[in-house]
Amino acid sequence: MKFLAMCSTGLGSSFMVRMNIEDIVRELQLPDVTVEHSDISSAGPESADVFFVAKDLEDAAAGLGDVVVLNSIIDKDELRDAVKSAAARHGLT
Amino acid sequence: MNSVLNTLLDIFREPSVIIGLIALLGLVLQRKSLSDTLKGTIKAFVGFLVLAAGAGVVSDALTPFGEMFQHAFGVQGVVPNNEAIVGKVLTDYGSQAALIFFFGMIVNVLLARFTRFKFIYMSGHVALYLSAMIAVILIANGFSTWQTVLWGSLAEGLITTLSPALVQPWMRKVTKQDNVALGHTGNFGIATSGLVGKLVGDTKKSTEDLKIPKGLGFLRDTTVVIAVSMGIIYLLVTLVAGAGYVEDKLSGGQWFLLWAVMQAGKFSAGVFIILAGVRVVLAEIIPAFKGISEKLVPNAKPALDVPIVFTFAPNAVLIGFLSSFVGGLIGMGVLVAIGGTIIIPGIVAHFMTGAASGVIGNATGGRRGAVLGAMTNGLMITFLPLLVLPFLGDVGLANSTFSDADFGVSGFLLGSAVRWGHSAVIVLILASLAAVFVGSAVATRREAAKSAADPGPESESEQQPVV
Repeated sequence: MKFLAMCSTGLGSSFMVRMNIEDIVRELQLPDVTVEHSDISSAGPESADVFFVAKDLEDAAAGLGDVVVLNSIIDKDELRDAVKSAAARHGLT
Repeated sequence: MNSVLNTLLDIFREPSVIIGLIALLGLVLQRKSLSDTLKGTIKAFVGFLVLAAGAGVVSDALTPFGEMFQHAFGVQGVVPNNEAIVGKVLTDYGSQAALIFFFGMIVNVLLARFTRFKFIYMSGHVALYLSAMIAVILIANGFSTWQTVLWGSLAEGLITTLSPALVQPWMRKVTKQDNVALGHTGNFGIATSGLVGKLVGDTKKSTEDLKIPKGLGFLRDTTVVIAVSMGIIYLLVTLVAGAGYVEDKLSGGQWFLLWAVMQAGKFSAGVFIILAGVRVVLAEIIPAFKGISEKLVPNAKPALDVPIVFTFAPNAVLIGFLSSFVGGLIGMGVLVAIGGTIIIPGIVAHFMTGAASGVIGNATGGRRGAVLGAMTNGLMITFLPLLVLPFLGDVGLANSTFSDADFGVSGFLLGSAVRWGHSAVIVLILASLAAVFVGSAVATRREAAKSAADPGPESESEQQPVV
């Protein structure tokens, strides 16, 4: 199972979301999840199972598949809920 | 004995090896497994070489651009783009820049630990670019390697600690909390936007009440945006330079308009490669920095990249970008009228820092704040690079330069000090360090006196950290 956090350059904010997802994955003890980050133009539907983007990139990420749209990328509670439900969707819990 | 020393020096002249060693240290400190440690070290080493390869591609596209611009307009034309200039700088001064980046992070953690400035600068990419600029300014003006690393690291740590503090009063208005900060080299322009908004604006008329059509999502695709914007710039300059000149001197006979499009594509390809390299390098280094700073600095406020504010005011993002870009065009018009080096608006810089300026300007002064604040930022990132160019030595002639406002302000301060003499740089840095500690102590004492006199509930500053 692969989660991918994305932003427009794939340098700053997606990296931060990725590190927070990694913390949450560890906290929830989800098995076999790898988390990566990238810029939005390099990502295709095959790049990951679940994609995480901020709300402002919702349109740009359309068509990738299972896209999770975050209202605020600095809200860790929102992110935790999003990761939980993504894990449930993919039968991890 | 001498040959051992020479071998060691050889190793330290290879920035890719230094980056690999920094990653190795971070991975060991995180107690990663042996295979993860080896993998991460090698990736960081190779990532730096990827970055250097991208620098070559960008430079191949920019060199003929510079010649062509000179031929067409008789002056130097400069495209501010962080990735383009940093690629070149890191190829030439990478070892010193990598060490400044590394020790700068340590200075940042120490300052956050022992002063009230609890900001941990998590935007590794811009921190790396900043270390590159500091390295160039100090080396080009005659500092020895170890002095460059020593004073450069202190300067880097000071800037990365203080720059988020400039924007924090406005950030509190945007995020309604005080535990996340903005960490970007555009902070000086963004903070100025907040000030402009406060002075001229009206918070009752927010940008977010406007109905703005969507459909500019393509602006978020860096590769596309750079290719398109550079395509327009290359085509315009090629048309002025003329088919004869271009096909004769630059394109080797290729149709001049196709050649222009190809160069713009190459520029974007080069930036794409550099970004990929930076991403790989930072992926191995920043998690260690995050982990260590969280352990050592209680109540640390992570300073994060500008997109964290974009979701708070999507309309202001667009308005801010456009206003900043208009500011850049006006600035370019002024430069054309004056004559001399021309700064062409760099689209990525206007997007990133302009959008954040829009959000901050809207928070302090509504629509008018967003427009005028972001436009001020656009003017600043047009004129500030001119102040820094003379201090960059050969790099100043590279047809590209550092784009954001913090580069302009800190580069100008550092560069001006260097011209006074090496001791002026040392005085500047030590005085700033002293000011940070004294200012911090004074503020703590004042707050203690205030809370003793007025035991009311403390408002924003005691919330729990989120990130």
